[in-house]
Amino acid sequence: MLRFMIQRSLVAVAVAVTVSVASFLLLHLSGDLATAIAGPEATSTQIEAIRIQYGLNQPLLAQFTAWAWKALHLDFGNSFYFRESVVDLLASRMPITLFLGVVALAVALFVAIPLGVLAAVKRDTWIDRLALSVSVLGQAMPSFWFGLTLIMVFSVNLRWLPVSGNTTWKHFVLPAVALGYYAMPAVMRLTRNGMLEVLASDYVRTARAKGLPPRKILIRHALRNAVIPVIALAAVQFGFMLGGSIVIEAVFSLQGLGQLAWESIARNDFPVVQAIVLVLAMIYIALTLAADLLNAFLDPRLRQ
Amino acid sequence: MTLQPSASPLSAGLPETPVTVPAEPQAPLPAARSPTALALRRGLHHGGFMIGAVILGVIVLAALAAPLIAPHDPYAQDVSRRLIPPIWNAKGSWDHVLGTDKLGRDYLSRLIYGSQISLLIGIAAACISGLIGTVLGICAGYFGGKVDALVSYVVTTRLAMPVVLVAFAMASLVGGSLKVVVLVLGLLLWDRFAVVTRAATRQIRDQDFVAAARAAGFSNARILFQEILPNIFNALIVVATLEMAHAILLEAALSFLGLGVQPPLPSWGLMIAEGKPYMFFQPWVITIPGVALLVLVLAINLLGDGLRDVTAPEGRR
Repeated sequence: MLRFMIQRSLVAVAVAVTVSVASFLLLHLSGDLATAIAGPEATSTQIEAIRIQYGLNQPLLAQFTAWAWKALHLDFGNSFYFRESVVDLLASRMPITLFLGVVALAVALFVAIPLGVLAAVKRDTWIDRLALSVSVLGQAMPSFWFGLTLIMVFSVNLRWLPVSGNTTWKHFVLPAVALGYYAMPAVMRLTRNGMLEVLASDYVRTARAKGLPPRKILIRHALRNAVIPVIALAAVQFGFMLGGSIVIEAVFSLQGLGQLAWESIARNDFPVVQAIVLVLAMIYIALTLAADLLNAFLDPRLRQ
Repeated sequence: MTLQPSASPLSAGLPETPVTVPAEPQAPLPAARSPTALALRRGLHHGGFMIGAVILGVIVLAALAAPLIAPHDPYAQDVSRRLIPPIWNAKGSWDHVLGTDKLGRDYLSRLIYGSQISLLIGIAAACISGLIGTVLGICAGYFGGKVDALVSYVVTTRLAMPVVLVAFAMASLVGGSLKVVVLVLGLLLWDRFAVVTRAATRQIRDQDFVAAARAAGFSNARILFQEILPNIFNALIVVATLEMAHAILLEAALSFLGLGVQPPLPSWGLMIAEGKPYMFFQPWVITIPGVALLVLVLAINLLGDGLRDVTAPEGRR
């Protein structure tokens, strides 16, 4: 187990380093940052001045090492727009996005797992077909449009919930539903397939033969084994949701990391964009590592 | 791949298959159908596949015939006739069946021309990412060992990057346009192609026909192209439909946030963004393009799911 943990952690660190190199390169090779920062009306002397001011005249490797060295010490420089350190900026926006992500994941799991179990137990009935239809629809729904539609129905027509903002818990209901709905289909399908497999297994048949009550078999024996792969999926989906929050936060004007990312992209505020890409990647890597380790702990067959 | 027992004949699940009595006594097996014919036959009996195929077919036809069927010029502005509601509203008019937008442009015509953009982005992005992902996946699956480890590492790295954010940042830096959106999405969405083709290749690389090709002294390139690629093609097509849908949704989101296709092009995501300030009093300005997106992506996904079912080996679902 210890060997497995160390091995997986080393891979995670390597992936983290590669991701930071790749995201740095992608941004720097996509266009001339100095021209983008200076804006369309800048003269060539102004662009040159910016190039020197931000160190963009240095070779790419030198720029990267300087950036990475500072990033290791949690120093991402200052925002071009806010005249504030990127770390402070991120720290102030982070809680909103994390809260949104956690609520959205909870919404997704609370709907998807029972639905998946039900679909498996009532296989090939209308319940199963309904669950599958919901998941097919969920995969096809543009999340930003779903968010706007939720606003129209629940905020404008029914007046149950506020349109936008982030002051009370009510502000998080619609964004969490819009974001969580996106993660639901995958979780639902995985739960359903896992349950179908487990329900056909020998130990469930034994439990039935012993005359255990069906509910006990379903929860103690079947669900417990069927949700193991769901843990890994949930970790991955949480990472995707943090990335997808850029769209949802824009729709609901939540002042989180996603909104900051969008505005910073539009303002060419690269230190902020780069830091957000890195932070989201690190969260994803940490989550998948944690899920892997948890899985290996729960299912010894996975520790080869 | 497991061999099916003889109790489940090739025609299981197809009740209308006529039982042909062989004339010659030495031909006891029913005539073997080609896999394509079999898949087609199954497809006709698969509800989701048929619905998806018909809807997608209609949208593709509409996109191809846009200049013929669009009632108006999608770019022609008429400020005196702005924000006319669609026909099912009491104030609707037959001249603009789906109404007009804030600049008085005919919504139906913009919707029809917009399907060209969505389809183009979906197909082109899936082709680029399919090429990258398939090359990586086949090599990893076929060669195994160090190549496999390297490719798996690259895929893990790619998955760790927040793809939406990176795509938005890249598109914004290069400058949003149709070409840029296609390239950015194509260069980022190859992960699932690599994962699926790798798994499919691993399944067949040790089979006899591959070993035979190797024994015959074929080059690796020839084996990959002539033996492996045709045999993983079904899996590839299924992933391609899913990634096409993914790219279409991402383009809509990019354009919605103003970082993708630029006005005045009638991208559906852009239409929703332009309608957003009016959505409280004219909700159809965002409902119509949103439903169009939903229907298109749904049709592609149904087709993809259906293809997976109908091309699966007998007895598997």
